[in-house]
Amino acid sequence: MSTQAYLALAVALFVIGALGFLLRRNAIVAFMSVELMLNAANLAFVTFARQHGGLDGQVASFFVMVVAAAEVVIGLAIIVAVYRARRSASVDDASLLKF
Amino acid sequence: MIEIPALTGDLFAFVVCAPLMVLLAIGIVLCRKPVHSALCMAGVMVGLAVLYAAQDAPFLFVVQIIVYTGAILMLFLFVVMLIGVDTRDSVVETLKGHRFWTIVAILGLTALILLAVSQAVFVGGPTGLANANAQHGGNAEGLAALLFTRYVVLLEATSALLITAAIGAMVLAHGEKLREVKRQPEKAAERIERYAKQGIHPGPDPNSGVYAGTNAISAPALLPDGSVAEHSVSKVLTSRGAVVAVDDLRGATGGAFEDIRRVHAELEGEDK
Repeated sequence: MSTQAYLALAVALFVIGALGFLLRRNAIVAFMSVELMLNAANLAFVTFARQHGGLDGQVASFFVMVVAAAEVVIGLAIIVAVYRARRSASVDDASLLKF
Repeated sequence: MIEIPALTGDLFAFVVCAPLMVLLAIGIVLCRKPVHSALCMAGVMVGLAVLYAAQDAPFLFVVQIIVYTGAILMLFLFVVMLIGVDTRDSVVETLKGHRFWTIVAILGLTALILLAVSQAVFVGGPTGLANANAQHGGNAEGLAALLFTRYVVLLEATSALLITAAIGAMVLAHGEKLREVKRQPEKAAERIERYAKQGIHPGPDPNSGVYAGTNAISAPALLPDGSVAEHSVSKVLTSRGAVVAVDDLRGATGGAFEDIRRVHAELEGEDK
């Protein structure tokens, strides 16, 4: 399959992820959307690695996965902490800095 | 060493996976319940893994399955369970025109990225990774060679990041104590105070009684004056009415003593 098709798929996934992050106010779903965007970037990395015939893209993708894992751990811990304090998983309810 | 065969049906994999993945990705955004979103996400992750396999990345294929569908999604599902499966989004717009401007921004973003991507011209098909893989004898070996030479500093930094993340998660998710835990000094002080104020014995309760017929825990002990020691039998047994009546127990012993006394009397009578 051509590189362009994979890139188009990556763009579609990235845009859907961005849409979900902006639209949804459930913190968990917003977080899943961020993961989707990271994965779209990974797909682009792997696609370019094959296009250019080097393994560096796959290494970059690997590092993105590691950082994503760390990010998920911290992010979900923050969501749980916010839920403990506010009894809600909605991003609208953590609004102390707004006022 | 198990060789993971890279899919040759590159086109087939793409045609099957790509539309499914896009649909499932839309599902993540549109599902009302977070659990359904998580399941859609699992589908997208598996589809991505297949596409990695189709693009000469067997190592990333395995890592994707293990890290994303194995670890990260489990974590998501755990948190969904913790926070409540039924938490739904409110449909009320807290920001005015939030949805409209979101859509506008997303359309703009799409146009931007698509323009950027379509600028790139790829003459001929992809180079493929056959050469790069052959240098070190395989995809995993090639990645390892890069990770431990050119990217070794980055790899070490990643380990620091992971340790920091683990400690951070523990600190963040650590619950506050609901009440102070009583330790030995506090308990001892409490017992002595009870003794001073209410006269309750601070030491351990007496054991159950030992009789000729039984020494079970349901047999109450006797005090020196012959009365029953209330604390020698568990409260549970008392409330169930399972405590053995002392008089029944005394019967056997009393009878034995009576026999002994009688025999003594007979022997004494014979002597005289």
